[in-house]
Order: sequence, then C-alpha cells, then structure tokens
Amino acid sequence: MGESALLASETVPAPNAPVVVEARGLGVAFETDGQRVNALTSVDLTIRRGDFVSLIGPSGCGKTTLLRAIADLQAPSGGTLTVNGMSAAEARRARAYGYVFQAPALYPWRSVARNVMLPLEIMGMARGERTERAERYLRLVGLGDFARKFPWQLSGGMQQRVSIARALCFEPTLLLMDEPFGALDEITRDGLNLHLHELWRRTGMSVVFVTHSIPEAVFLSTRIVVMSARPGRIIDVIDSPLGAARALGIRESAEFLAVAHRVREGLRAGHSYD
Amino acid sequence: MRQIRGSAVFAAVLALASAGIARASLPGAPAFALLASLVALPLLVLALARFARRDTLAARLASPALFGALLLWLWEMLVLGLHIPFVLLPPPSAIAAAFVTHLGTLATDFRQTYLHAVIAGYALGCGAGFAVALAVDRSPFLRRGLLPLGNLASVMPIVGVAPIMVMWFGFDWPSKAAVVVVMTFFPMLVNTTAGLAATGAMERDLMHCYAAGYWPTLLKLRLPASMPFVFTALKLNSTLALIGAVVAEFFGTPILGMGFRISTEAARMNMDIVWATITVAALAGSLSFGAIALIERAATFWHPAFRR
Repeated sequence: MGESALLASETVPAPNAPVVVEARGLGVAFETDGQRVNALTSVDLTIRRGDFVSLIGPSGCGKTTLLRAIADLQAPSGGTLTVNGMSAAEARRARAYGYVFQAPALYPWRSVARNVMLPLEIMGMARGERTERAERYLRLVGLGDFARKFPWQLSGGMQQRVSIARALCFEPTLLLMDEPFGALDEITRDGLNLHLHELWRRTGMSVVFVTHSIPEAVFLSTRIVVMSARPGRIIDVIDSPLGAARALGIRESAEFLAVAHRVREGLRAGHSYD
Repeated sequence: MRQIRGSAVFAAVLALASAGIARASLPGAPAFALLASLVALPLLVLALARFARRDTLAARLASPALFGALLLWLWEMLVLGLHIPFVLLPPPSAIAAAFVTHLGTLATDFRQTYLHAVIAGYALGCGAGFAVALAVDRSPFLRRGLLPLGNLASVMPIVGVAPIMVMWFGFDWPSKAAVVVVMTFFPMLVNTTAGLAATGAMERDLMHCYAAGYWPTLLKLRLPASMPFVFTALKLNSTLALIGAVVAEFFGTPILGMGFRISTEAARMNMDIVWATITVAALAGSLSFGAIALIERAATFWHPAFRR
C-alpha cells in the first residue's frame, strides 16, 4: 500500500496556466581573453504558474547561467526572454522573484530575523508588518525559535532555511533556486526537499531549481530540463508523471525510477559529445 | 605549593631591600644590591611564570602589571648597580620623581599636544579620509585621479610637512593638528576604499535582486562590511596622530607641548623629564588605542575575529 495512494493522478500545473517565464532562442556568451564562449545557445523554454522546473546537467552546461539570465543577474546575448510578460530587468525591478543562492549569503551583522527582513526594509514595508512577516516565514521554515540568533550561530542547513525564508517573505510568485542544498549532507537535504515540496504545494508559486542530483530533481519537479555542456543547451524536457502530493517513499516507486532513468540517459547522451 | 609561595615572598622582600640599599650612599652598596638582586631574579621569574599560568581573571589582569614591575625593578637595579650615567638612562625611580615634581607642566603639555592637536587632527583627518573614500568609491573619475595623488601625499615625510604647516597655520596647536590631518587622512582613505570593495559577489547580487539602489546598498551592505577595515585605520591612526603631533612640535611651537618639552629638556640634559613626558605619551597612546579596540569589539562583534 502507501506508495500508489501517494501518487495522485492529477498533473500540475494546469496546461493553460499563465506563462511566467518564456525563453525563445535565448543565448548567453562570455568574453574571456578576447575569446567568445557560448555559455548557453538557443534555449526555448516555457514555465507556467505553479510549475516546479528543475535544470539538471553537468558543470558548464549553463544551468546557473540560465537561472541568472531569468533573474537579470546576467545579460543575454541573443534571443528573447520575458518574465511575467516583461523584460527580465523590468521583472527584477518589480521584485518578481525570490532568489536562493548556492550559499546562504546571510549578512553576519544582522540577526536571523533582521536578515529575513532585509528585502522588506529595502521595499519600504512598515516596521510592524516586517516583524510579523519575518516571524511568520521563520516559523514556516521551522526556525521560529532562532529569530534572535546570528547566522554564524546556526548550522549550514539552518542558514540555508533562513535564506529561503528571506526569499519567500516578500511573497514573490517565482522562486529561483541555484543548487540551494548542494553543500548539505544527504539526510538534511532529504528533510529540506520534503519541506520545499510542501511549501511549493501550499503556496502554488512557480519554482526554477538548479541541481546536480537526479533524485532531487525527480522528487521535486513537475518538469525536468536536462542540459548539456559545450555549448550549453537543452537536450530533453521531461514532464513528470508523478502527482502533486509526494512523500520521500515515492523514490522507490516504478514511476519515479522510470523518470530517473530517462534523466540519466539524457545526461549520458549529453556527455557522449565530449 | 607553600614552599614556592615562601620563596616568592623571600625574593620579593630581597628585591625591595636591594632596591633600597642601592640608593644608600655607603661605599659598595650598589654592587651589593646588584648581587642580591641577581639572587632574587630567578626566583621572581619562576614565581611570575607560575602565577601567569593560572586561568583566573585576577591572573590575567595582574600578570602584565607584575611583569612590568619586574622589568622596572630590573632596570633600576642595573642602572644603579652598574653606575650607568644619568643622561644615558635615568633609573625609573628618578623618572617617577620627575613625574610627580613636574606634574603641572606635564598636564599643561598634555592638554596642548593631546587634547588640542591630536584630537582635533585625528577627528578631522579620519573624517575627511572617510568622506573622500565615499566620494572616490562613487566616482570613477576621482578614483583614477585622486587615489594616485593620495599615494603621493602619503609618502611625504612628516619632517618636511611640519615646517610648512607652521608657516600656514602659525606656531600654536592648529599647525600640529594640520600635520596630524595629513598623517591620518591617507590610511583612512585607503582602508575605507578597500573596505567598501570588500563585499562578496553573492552579497551584491542579493542586493541587485531586490532592485536596491546605491544608498540602501551602501547603508545595509557595504558600510557594515567595511567596518573592520575602518577600525584598522582608526587604531593605526591613533598612534600615528600622537607621533605626528609630538614630532611637529620640534619645528616651532609656543613654549609648551610634549614635543617642545622633549626637545628642550633633552638639550638641557634633564633626561628624567624627557622620560616622564615619554611616559605620558605612552600612557595616552595605549589608552586611546585600547578604547578604540573596545569600541571595535562592540561594533564588529560579528567578525570571525570576535565571534563567541
């Protein structure tokens, strides 16, 4: 029992949900020592409201570059990219997304609560509401009792949860995550994956998630984008047959393993070009 | 344990007695005292080493004081026992006596040099260095143009600058304050500029994500991140300022000030007053350095060097 009951038949999101991110022929090139390196070439990708999209691929495949282009931290060199129907720069100025980096990037001189309040201060929210939001989102990531601590008094996993609370507290509809759990041990990572899955289910926001880990990508995603290096490009997009409600146990189910197998095949095909 | 304490007390009594005998006007008394202190010295060093190893607050506070006292006593015994001429090195007891006798003069000098020239110059120099660093950081034009010129100013020798400042600002303390400004400006400029550039790429990207402009980024990220650098300059400048003010007084001053006192009394061979003035300078310098270090500890409690 158990496993099949967890696999609800619904697929999320609805196919006609509004488009959040749209990339057409997107390319990013870097100039190093007068040499042009194509980090990303002709990327076509549509991400809809409520999607959980994982970008997976070997180092140098441009998955982080794609995420940074969506966040307007990296200028594209070709193609078109819209976020919430605007240019990426306009979307950034409209505070359309929360971004979780590979490291927590917390400011050590601010307490945990004041770190979470940082975007709210910049956006000019009133003090009372800031405090209330910080409390609420720290509780959401299970750190309600740590508000007055300083980041360096917390473990790595807890620090990353603070950074997730910071990305969520101004309630963006899009969450961009760049290998947020890459530096954590397996068990902590499992816990945070489950936590993130539930957050996504409850809030209905869209998530773009960069990872190296096949199980992580398959467990979390509604769609998995497999990428390949030199030049960075998309080689496969897999719609997950797994339902919206998931528990860690589904990682042993046949459907899960089938998706994981297809991701692995895609990654292997990408590698064979080397 | 009791034996050690006993020998320490014995050594301390012997040390005090020999210090007393050394000043007696009997023939051979200094030589005898020196011999006695040679007996006391190893015992005192052993007792102090044992005491310093204790991990109590009293031991941590008293150890440097006792060590200092030991050095002063050794100085006293060597100078008296070996008949070292007074002009070369007066004994600490003579310096202490000069300190008490000339307390009024020393206080006036201190007010002139420290409370006026050093504090005014330090505040102006550090303040201007900090402000210019903000401007340099904001404007690429200033960064290219002003920073190299600042480098040039920093290598100007103080003995060359001081007479010019006396010409410009007169004999009284403002010209000394001006020298201090010249000396403290550049360390603060360079350190603050480096501090403002010391943020990580990820921390800056975070601010960019929130569409934070120049001022929020400066106030919430770059200034806090620069504080360890700023405090390094504040501490460095606290010693530079004192040196600058004292040396500047060698080049023309009204008849007061610590630098004036040192140069004139040295010329008159009154080395005890010179040493007493140096003591005042050392005390003032250490205390202000310590005060700034305490403020630093409170302000940058988050820095890895101070975390608990």
